[in-house]
Amino acid sequence: MLTALVFAPTAVALLLLALPSRMPVQALRTVWVTTATAELGLVVAIWAGYRTAGGIQYELRARWIPSAGVGYHVGVDGLSLPLLALTCVLFLACALYSLRENRRFREFAALFLFLQTTCLGLFVSLDLILFFVFFDLSIVAMFFIIAGWGHHDAKRAALKFFLYTFIGSLALLLGFIGLYLAATPHTFDIVDLTRQNPLAGRSAYAALVLLAVVIGLAVKTPTVPFHTWLPPAHTEAPAAGSAILAGVLLKMGTYGFLRIAMPLLPDAWRRYAIVIVVIGVVSVLHGALVALAQTDFKRMVAYTSVNHMGYIILAVGAAAATADTSAQARSLAITGSVTQMVSHGLITGALFLLAGVMYERGRTYDMSAYGGLAATAPVFAALTGAAAFASLGLPGFSGFIAEFQIFTGSLGPRPLATALSVLGILLTAGLFLRALRQILMGPLRLPDAPGTPRVFPDLRAHEYAGIVPLLVLTVVLGVAPRFLLDVIEPASREVLEQLAR
Amino acid sequence: MSEMNENPLDILPEVLLAASAVFGLLLAAWLPRRRQWLVGLLAAAAAGAGIVAAAVAAAHPDVTAFGEAFTVDPVTSTSRIVVLGALLLVLALFARQFHAHPRESETYVLVQLSALGALVMAGTQDLLLLAAGYLLTSIPAYTLAGFRKDGPGTEAALKYYVIGALLGVLMLGGITVLYAAGRATGYPSLGPTLSDAPEGLVAAGAVGLLAGVLFKAGAVPAHFWVPDTVQGSTAPVAAFLTTIPKIGALAALLRLGEAVLADSGMPWPEVIAVIAAASMTLGNLAAFFQDDVKRLLAYSTISQVGYLLLPVAVTGRSDLAQPALLYYVAAYAVTNLGAFAVVCALPRATRLADYRGLARRRPLLSASLVICLLGLVGTPPTAVFVGKLEAFSAAIDGGYTWLTILAAVNTVASLFYYLRWIAPAVSPGNGTALTDSDRSARGVAYTATLISVGLGLAAGPVLPALGGSLAT
Repeated sequence: MLTALVFAPTAVALLLLALPSRMPVQALRTVWVTTATAELGLVVAIWAGYRTAGGIQYELRARWIPSAGVGYHVGVDGLSLPLLALTCVLFLACALYSLRENRRFREFAALFLFLQTTCLGLFVSLDLILFFVFFDLSIVAMFFIIAGWGHHDAKRAALKFFLYTFIGSLALLLGFIGLYLAATPHTFDIVDLTRQNPLAGRSAYAALVLLAVVIGLAVKTPTVPFHTWLPPAHTEAPAAGSAILAGVLLKMGTYGFLRIAMPLLPDAWRRYAIVIVVIGVVSVLHGALVALAQTDFKRMVAYTSVNHMGYIILAVGAAAATADTSAQARSLAITGSVTQMVSHGLITGALFLLAGVMYERGRTYDMSAYGGLAATAPVFAALTGAAAFASLGLPGFSGFIAEFQIFTGSLGPRPLATALSVLGILLTAGLFLRALRQILMGPLRLPDAPGTPRVFPDLRAHEYAGIVPLLVLTVVLGVAPRFLLDVIEPASREVLEQLAR
Repeated sequence: MSEMNENPLDILPEVLLAASAVFGLLLAAWLPRRRQWLVGLLAAAAAGAGIVAAAVAAAHPDVTAFGEAFTVDPVTSTSRIVVLGALLLVLALFARQFHAHPRESETYVLVQLSALGALVMAGTQDLLLLAAGYLLTSIPAYTLAGFRKDGPGTEAALKYYVIGALLGVLMLGGITVLYAAGRATGYPSLGPTLSDAPEGLVAAGAVGLLAGVLFKAGAVPAHFWVPDTVQGSTAPVAAFLTTIPKIGALAALLRLGEAVLADSGMPWPEVIAVIAAASMTLGNLAAFFQDDVKRLLAYSTISQVGYLLLPVAVTGRSDLAQPALLYYVAAYAVTNLGAFAVVCALPRATRLADYRGLARRRPLLSASLVICLLGLVGTPPTAVFVGKLEAFSAAIDGGYTWLTILAAVNTVASLFYYLRWIAPAVSPGNGTALTDSDRSARGVAYTATLISVGLGLAAGPVLPALGGSLAT
């Protein structure tokens, strides 16, 4: 079932490429949207069949390269299931949003479908090499999306993105090899490694492996100081690419912390948790402050991603503090971090798609070029407002639930760090309100670039179809998060147990 | 020592190749020019039969031939299959370009003889036979490099020849010194005696020996011929020169490390590690701003040899070394040939910028190029990824973590120049240099790409077959 879920998009992508070139583009669109819908349906079916008691389900284990300790091992649990669902939702939203994409549509759709395979594959992988394969292929696919469909400076941004994240992935690979060699018998299997805990009692070795793994994941997440690839990649990528990049690809890093770093290196993680916490706080504050200084709307959203990812890093670091804090609080922090991944994916996805709407009309992201859009494009204004408020963590939206859990869970173990991080909320509130006032309020002002019509039509049907469901889901999660938390909570307790060994 | 074993069936692949080369030469004297491709067909048949014979031999227990000078063990068997498989691909690359060429049959004969030399180098465990293999690989290759008889071709051949002759003499000198130090040339008797021999003597001999083998492998510091020779010779010849001799040389290095020099006074792992580090780093740095595709690939092969030397450095220290090297060699050979096949398929596109618009005009060929180049980087799931994974694991296991980190950093750096080639290929453009293309070379590119990905996915059954012990 998982295998079908993972590889079906690539199969469809190959089919798309193999179709004769006379095929009307309408048919290609139908194929893409149908596939994305079917994938979402499949995830819903998986969710429906998932027992909330926890543990890995839908597990499949097959031999792949046994002599190298590599196996095809997939499965879902409470950490990965929400991210699988998020992936399918976002890819469907991007498929709908991109219905009017007219530059080389066939290749565009095929790349997105392939990218969907890599994202889903990563979240179901229970083998380090399988994880790495999907991790790397996602970089390749995203490179081509940015380079092929990005804005004018896309080549440089794509190259920077590729080089940075590839360095990260190789650091990750070295860490994985370290884990592999430490285990007896040598294996890359995450479940076996978790059970074995091969680096227990070998502190220097474990510290090196942890360093490699953390660098790899931190680049992908991205956290300060490895975040510099993110703003150009986001600014130059096409809207749907940015949405996937921020919504799904960044989660690969944070998910890796929960799936690999914490369970496989519990001793080292506990020892160096304070470093993680500091990185988290710095990311929160630095991301928010730099976002505050941006004049480019998309760059600003990109930097708020650094900020939001920082909360997750804070939570996973704080959860490791063993000193006299209740397990319940720490479990809350981990649950919050998973919720934040889902919530950030939805909200930032929506924000980037809205930025795409803006660019499509005005050919620039510069906020000072716009003004008073609320008058001509009320729906756009309303949705942007909603997304911005969701992003700054207003109650009623999913971001509030996630951040509330993170702060409540982290306050006990790390009071100072948490107090500092709360300032991040204040800063993001300020910057979003400022941006909203600039773009939406006041007298009407539109960019006057040559070739742009001086009108700002309101959202079109395909843009509605892409953006509205994301915001509806954030509200649903904000009002009734129980169905999500029920899935996550057993898994986060399990992570804590593994960490406490 | 067992009794002399001279059963020619044990070396059937080599015999087939030699027979086909000699017979091809005779045949060529009788064939009209339009029919000379039959010689190529004969060569392909010999290579195909050789692969079958090698596979059959691989299933049997290890044997030695010619006393103990030549051994048939997993290293030999794998090298045979890889060399002959690569030879098949190279022959296909030659087919179109040399069709009805005045010296068509001579090309096929020379390629076969050179490949035979690589096979001898891979299987030998005697220094004298190693020298013979070296000369047999080199001399036909010198001729091939200058086959175009134009300025760059002559320069290519001359550079190749002068450096090869010099290092070959050094190698013979080294062998002499080692013979003096160990009083034997066969590895099984030489290895134990060298540990008692004077260290200086062994070191001097080993350095001379290494000079020759590293020349064949194209590793720093014996790499100076690579860029000029690759750029100056025709593309199929360049594909051949950067692939097949290397396979023999690396197998020979593995054997030397394992059986002869690992326990001697010479600091084998350190020396190889330094050479590996220098090869990958210098190769990469030099490749950065190359504009000529063949030159870029030439420097890329220098850096690849650096990664290939990782397992050689830890031979004897890690059980993973031998399968890692053998697998990586196969992966490298097929991926490198794939990239060269794309170059052969587009004879008029010589600079990176000429590839602009390839994705539009020839989507499949551009997909092959992208997959092969990313494969050379080591992107999963291509074969080089598994090769690198194994090589890195072996090196860390053998205590060379710093070298592995350097290799990882180099891998990232190498991305830069491969992407410099991929970027124009996938961006829009008119692609005037891409108009005529060679169909058989395209076929080779697709085949090599498929094998490269297939080998990566099917590493499961392949890897265990490479792990058997050396027959020493």
